[in-house]
Amino acid sequence: MTAAYPTTWRRPPQLIRDRRWRLVLTVGAIAYLILAIGSVEVNWTRMVEGWERGLRFIGGFLQPDFTTRWRDISTGLVESLTMTFTSTVVGILISIPVGIGAARNIAPRWLYPICRSIIAVSRAVQEIIVAIFFVALFGFGAFAGFLTLTFATIGFIAKLLAEDIEDINESAAEAIRATGAGWWQLINYAVQPQVMPRLIGLSLYRLDINFRESAVIGIVGAGGIGGTLNTALNRYEYDSAGAILLIIIAIVMLAEYLSSHLRRWVR
Amino acid sequence: MSDALTHDRIWRHRTPRAQLVLWLFWLIVVALFIYCWNVMTARTMWVFVHDAPQAAQDLGSRMLPPRWDYMSRLWKPLWDTINIATLGTLLGVVMAAPLAFLAAQNTTPSRLIARPCALFLIVASRSINSLIWALLLVSILGPGLLAGILAIAFRSIGFVGKLLYEAIEETDIKQVEAVTATGASQAQVLNYAIIPQVLPTFYGISVFRWDINIRESAILGLVGAGGIGTQLQASLNVLAWPQVTMIILVILATVVISEWISARVRHALI
Repeated sequence: MTAAYPTTWRRPPQLIRDRRWRLVLTVGAIAYLILAIGSVEVNWTRMVEGWERGLRFIGGFLQPDFTTRWRDISTGLVESLTMTFTSTVVGILISIPVGIGAARNIAPRWLYPICRSIIAVSRAVQEIIVAIFFVALFGFGAFAGFLTLTFATIGFIAKLLAEDIEDINESAAEAIRATGAGWWQLINYAVQPQVMPRLIGLSLYRLDINFRESAVIGIVGAGGIGGTLNTALNRYEYDSAGAILLIIIAIVMLAEYLSSHLRRWVR
Repeated sequence: MSDALTHDRIWRHRTPRAQLVLWLFWLIVVALFIYCWNVMTARTMWVFVHDAPQAAQDLGSRMLPPRWDYMSRLWKPLWDTINIATLGTLLGVVMAAPLAFLAAQNTTPSRLIARPCALFLIVASRSINSLIWALLLVSILGPGLLAGILAIAFRSIGFVGKLLYEAIEETDIKQVEAVTATGASQAQVLNYAIIPQVLPTFYGISVFRWDINIRESAILGLVGAGGIGTQLQASLNVLAWPQVTMIILVILATVVISEWISARVRHALI
């Protein structure tokens, strides 16, 4: 009567139960990898040349040169910082009505699709492509960058704000409605207090993102520290480039630290 | 008496003090805004800004219609773009996973040395945009796919690493205790108690990052790191606007499709 008691244990498959599917997926993945890696051409002589340059870059990173190009760096930095702040403020001011219009529970029916499509367009196009167009239209400089970042902020904040408004506690809105409040009063007394902490948090987060992006869009001529970095790298001045990168990393870290603290404080 | 007194007070939204603080806050924001605006626009050429509507009209007439037959020359760059994103994500994930285990409080081998180092690597990778990574790598390795793949990989480390180490820190301690109670070694605990718990999250994060990477790899070519952005840069340089429109349409379609795939996969995982 000694039933064969299992003495070994095998871990059950963790993701895909069906064996055939696993086989197909594995074979497919391997085939793709072979094809993909095969299409990567590596120029080894260029790589060896680059090695020495890479070492020089690391050297520049370890011994950054803040002084030689300080005038360029500080102009770029000031442009980046002012661009970040103004675009975040304007972007949020525009995205609040758009976000309210894109919240299904309080927006008029005809407004909803319009606001949703504004959000979709703003989110689908990469900042750098938007920047290319704004530079073409408004000329080189920080103003094009400001418009780009504003445009990108609208999609981000409005979408998250709309989702937040759709998730509000309906009973508070019901209570305000029961007092005979109009639409504006409903927004002001029922919706606004519920979404405000999160809106502040999102704004701080976006400020942080906008600074990072402002370091990038300069590459296509939209002002800011990115342009300075691009120039430094084109001139192979790795010590100045190292200094700029260190400044960017330091500001991003500081902004992240401050904004996470502020967000905790707001909550 | 007291009833009448309490009813006398008019309800207000905020206390006077809160109101004052609020006004002060707005005052500071407005003042800072005006200051920043003045600094920023000091070097703006307003002539160009006033021309903008005309320029937009002009640009619009040049961009439309898109040059549809240019598509035949976009398949190869598109394939390159997808490869940059996929291989870059794979490479980034492979590097991020061990870093995440070093950075998570419950699995780190040493809290004094390994954890701060891993955290620093994660933050540094996150604070440099993939386009800047590409700029650096192109300047070091020369233009090409490899620079793009590495740029995507380096940027992904921080993103995947951060989300993964947070997931590891949130794992259920009970399963770890159960496996430890069977006399399992440290490695076995990791393999049988922690990894199964974070595996779905791990795949979810990777697919999510792959989706973001498709977006980013499409523009890496602007700085010479391969993919469809190279064509974009070439077309922009010769002001071939119908081609630019076509390329942007292709990028948009790719982004939408990859977003759809990633949403489906993540939905299936969770």
